Amino acid sequence: MALTIHDIKRIAHLARIEINDSEADKTLNKITGILTLIEEMEAVNTTGIIPMSHSQDVVQRLREDVVTATNQRETFQKNAPTVGSGLYLVPQVIE
Amino acid sequence: MEWEVVIGLETHAQLKTKTKIFSGASTAYGAEPNTQACEVSTALPGVLPVLNKEAVECAIKFGLAIGAELPKLSVFSRKNYFYPDLPKGYQISQFELPIVGKGKVTIQVPETKNQPAYEKVIGITRAHLEEDAGKSVHGAVEGMSGIDLNRAGTPLLEIVTEPDMRSAAEAVAYAKKLHELVQWIDICDGNMQEGSFRCDVNVSVRAKGTTELGTRREIKNLNSFKFMQQAIAYETQWQIETLEDGGTIEQATILFNPDTGETKAMRSKEGANDYRYFPDPDLLPLEVTEADKARVQADMPELPLAMKARFESEYALSAYDAIAITSSRAVAGYFVDTINAGGDPKLAANWVMGGITAKLNTEGKSIADSPIDAATLAQLVKRISDGTISNNAGKQVFEAMWTGGLDVDAIIEEKGLKQVSDTGAIEALVNEVLAANQAMVEEYKAGKQKAFNALVGQTMKASKGKANPAQVNQVLKKKLDA
Amino acid sequence: MINQSLKQLSQMLASKEVSSVEMTQTFLDRIKQYNPDINAYITLDEDKSLAQAKAADGILAAGTATPLTGIPMAQKDIFCAKDWRTTCGSKMLETFIAPYDANVITQFNHAGAVNLGKTNMDEFAMGSSNETSYFGCVNNPWDLTRVPGGSSGGSAAAVAGRLCAAATGTDTGGSIRQPASLCGFTGLKPTYGLVSRYGMIAFASSLDQAGPMAKSAEDCALMMNVMAGFDERDSTSLNHPKEDYTSKLNQPLTGLKVGLPKEYFAEGLDTDVAKVIDNAIAEYKKLGAEFVDISLPNAGLSIPVYYVLAPAEASTNLSRYDGVRYGHRAAEYDDLMDMYMKSRAEGFGDEVKRRILIGTYVLSAGYYDAYYLKAQKIRHLIADDFKAAYKKCDIIMGPTVPSTAFKTGEKTDDPVAMYLQDIYTIATNLAGLPGMSIPAGFSKSSDGKDLPVGLQIIGSYFDEARMLNVGHAYQQVTDWHTAMPEGFA
Repeated sequence: MALTIHDIKRIAHLARIEINDSEADKTLNKITGILTLIEEMEAVNTTGIIPMSHSQDVVQRLREDVVTATNQRETFQKNAPTVGSGLYLVPQVIE
Repeated sequence: MEWEVVIGLETHAQLKTKTKIFSGASTAYGAEPNTQACEVSTALPGVLPVLNKEAVECAIKFGLAIGAELPKLSVFSRKNYFYPDLPKGYQISQFELPIVGKGKVTIQVPETKNQPAYEKVIGITRAHLEEDAGKSVHGAVEGMSGIDLNRAGTPLLEIVTEPDMRSAAEAVAYAKKLHELVQWIDICDGNMQEGSFRCDVNVSVRAKGTTELGTRREIKNLNSFKFMQQAIAYETQWQIETLEDGGTIEQATILFNPDTGETKAMRSKEGANDYRYFPDPDLLPLEVTEADKARVQADMPELPLAMKARFESEYALSAYDAIAITSSRAVAGYFVDTINAGGDPKLAANWVMGGITAKLNTEGKSIADSPIDAATLAQLVKRISDGTISNNAGKQVFEAMWTGGLDVDAIIEEKGLKQVSDTGAIEALVNEVLAANQAMVEEYKAGKQKAFNALVGQTMKASKGKANPAQVNQVLKKKLDA
Repeated sequence: MINQSLKQLSQMLASKEVSSVEMTQTFLDRIKQYNPDINAYITLDEDKSLAQAKAADGILAAGTATPLTGIPMAQKDIFCAKDWRTTCGSKMLETFIAPYDANVITQFNHAGAVNLGKTNMDEFAMGSSNETSYFGCVNNPWDLTRVPGGSSGGSAAAVAGRLCAAATGTDTGGSIRQPASLCGFTGLKPTYGLVSRYGMIAFASSLDQAGPMAKSAEDCALMMNVMAGFDERDSTSLNHPKEDYTSKLNQPLTGLKVGLPKEYFAEGLDTDVAKVIDNAIAEYKKLGAEFVDISLPNAGLSIPVYYVLAPAEASTNLSRYDGVRYGHRAAEYDDLMDMYMKSRAEGFGDEVKRRILIGTYVLSAGYYDAYYLKAQKIRHLIADDFKAAYKKCDIIMGPTVPSTAFKTGEKTDDPVAMYLQDIYTIATNLAGLPGMSIPAGFSKSSDGKDLPVGLQIIGSYFDEARMLNVGHAYQQVTDWHTAMPEGFA
């Protein structure tokens, strides 16, 4: 499963990270090394093994349906790059 | 060639919880932008989701209502994509293991010119819990889009059908049935204008008689049944024409424009969607136990199908009336209240359907807005069944109550609608009529049944409509056949 | 004062020998003096720290103090602390002022501890040398030309250089233990789920766990008493009964069965480090511990598994940094897509971007089963290895890191070599087990520097109290943990 520059660019786009040709080239090199390391897994027989997502065998706890949050818009929006009329502003979204 | 359309629906029903699916922020509609966007709704660094118990119970309730499998464990996954109204850059949804498995919904497709009404069972593939996105507001600031995260995190139940529908009418009948059901079991307010109930419709066509599915196009976010009907009709025609012209259908997401009545493919999203689903490590598997199911079941109202059957057997309603009465929980409740207040079931059904709901429909109102309450309607029904007034007089009382007072007896009195049931008085009337209409009497005696009806009419007219028609019939018959 | 244990500092405060304000000022002065050399702190706010100290003095005077009241602690900059800038070592959050407290911060605030400042770290905790921080690398107090380890490098250098009484860290693949080993102090990564992750900026959610970084096991026990506990805001927080982690500190080790995994002593382990570990084992034998050989056959797969799972989780955890609601937004862009692409390209450093790309790749269509699902399955095998091992022993020991601190810049161009730093620590994160590193001696570097070596102690689930007991017993008969780097005394 050798990666190509094209793959790197596709993945970078999927991850919304701008990448130019020389960066992509450098990244390809390093990621290929890491994937080689990862591919050690291939040799392992995992037939019948259950995937493990969590270390403890517990189930989801549920929260009572009670309003606990208060309006903190002013505080939160102090961190926002651009706001107006109480909204977070971004370049026009085209449907 | 004859074509067949194949339709499947994906419906997003906003669940009627006080708070969001993963946080304690309010879900109330219509608040100022971002005032109900807490740390979690805003996806601040470090925040974590905790699942709302009520949302889970709503999903269980739906599963039980459609007789679905409810697996012991279900799993929340992340659906990854970037959009400004999706604050985490992923939507928490359920992918491989949804909370509700296979079930079914029975629909009634209304009659048309060419076809009588019929029932059909629509398969439900699955229903899963997920969070809603925020809203993009356009035009608040010139050249920019504004993001309001009040809706972000509102619990949704996405209900997916099998591709079981074969016409726009079936799709609309299903959507209406589902819309009624989620309100009936009180898990969704059903408000389509506010987006509480939104349908995506998958449409494909194929040559009739073939079994392979054609390529489907998905009509997104239909928020009225009328638009759904129009959109499917247009889209079906478009696909058939495209294929007949030798073209091919490409899978696409499309939008319906109510102004033009046309469907149009959305600007294709950058590249193919690759949502990179994987189990959300911030959440653990969701367990639904037998005890959970039993608890929710205990809280379940009688469902429409069961109620319909009961009304048919218990009150001898026709299937048609029983379906109509159980079309919504509010109407059924109104009907039951009318009976409980002493109204005759059959008459009550007629008055609820022909009187109350007919009137409300023309005024675009719901049963909650009815100016006549069930107890009052029961009073009217009682006056008809005890012979105090005729059915026709009942209509006058009804009209008067719709716009005015609610005292049935006072209106009867005031309008002088009381029926004459005094045999002596009726006999006197009949004698007058017979005397004045000898020609008709002769006709009747010559075997013309029509003449009898005319004599009844004359008698009723002479009583100014107040005579009890049954009695008039009886007395006339007795006298004529004597 | 600076080399005293938390217990001693607490006694000094209780006896009014010194006030919290004075103690805090002492550490703030040391920070002023030494931080330029080691760059341990990203954000300081003397006014806030001293205000907390003053409040603590009030509590002390009122007689309602708890063991950590008034003690100046350093907080890793991964924890949101209300009104403090919280950067996670990233340009992305360079100006982010946290509007709420992480659970860990809340717990320390309740205990009356003083927040001295936010410590440097690898960007979004991705790194083993603190070289990926946007705010510059941290220098190891034992040799300023070397790395302190990572990702909790700032906390590590602050503890080693005595620029705080103790510090917090987080550990996803070794980020508490590896720097503890490289900087010569005691660090504990608790059982996954014991310390709430609420408000701790996520790297890899199923592996991240906060823990104490302090001079001794006893100090760590006191911190655990504050940090551990059920939190309903974290779905993965475990409802485990509250424990007093100091309660077992002084139990004898007689009959303690210690497992030595042969895989942790195989090729790749530096011979000098091996010697230090052997000496520690000899010391433990004197304390009455018995040693058995065990095997963790799948431990070697920890790194491949980790470098699938951690980047996968990270790639989506970091999707929220899109320049819309907070964080870096590019100055110029053409449209929404361009804004995303540029803001994220500028806001994230190379290592973070690399891991986002790996994570995106392993989750992408067609690769999920071969990478992510496979890794989750092997993760199960790794956890099962430990379960089997704990049938033969009470506790596992081995080296924390294969070698001592390396030179700054030495591995920056070779991510794979860097990743091998965590070869002995990652398996415990994958299994969700608690792991600890305690200083066990020194190894002389080729340029003649004494560099600390850590002994790793891995316990079974919820066995932190016993691990701290094992560390404490050793620290009663050795003094590696009291050694201070030259120039920082």
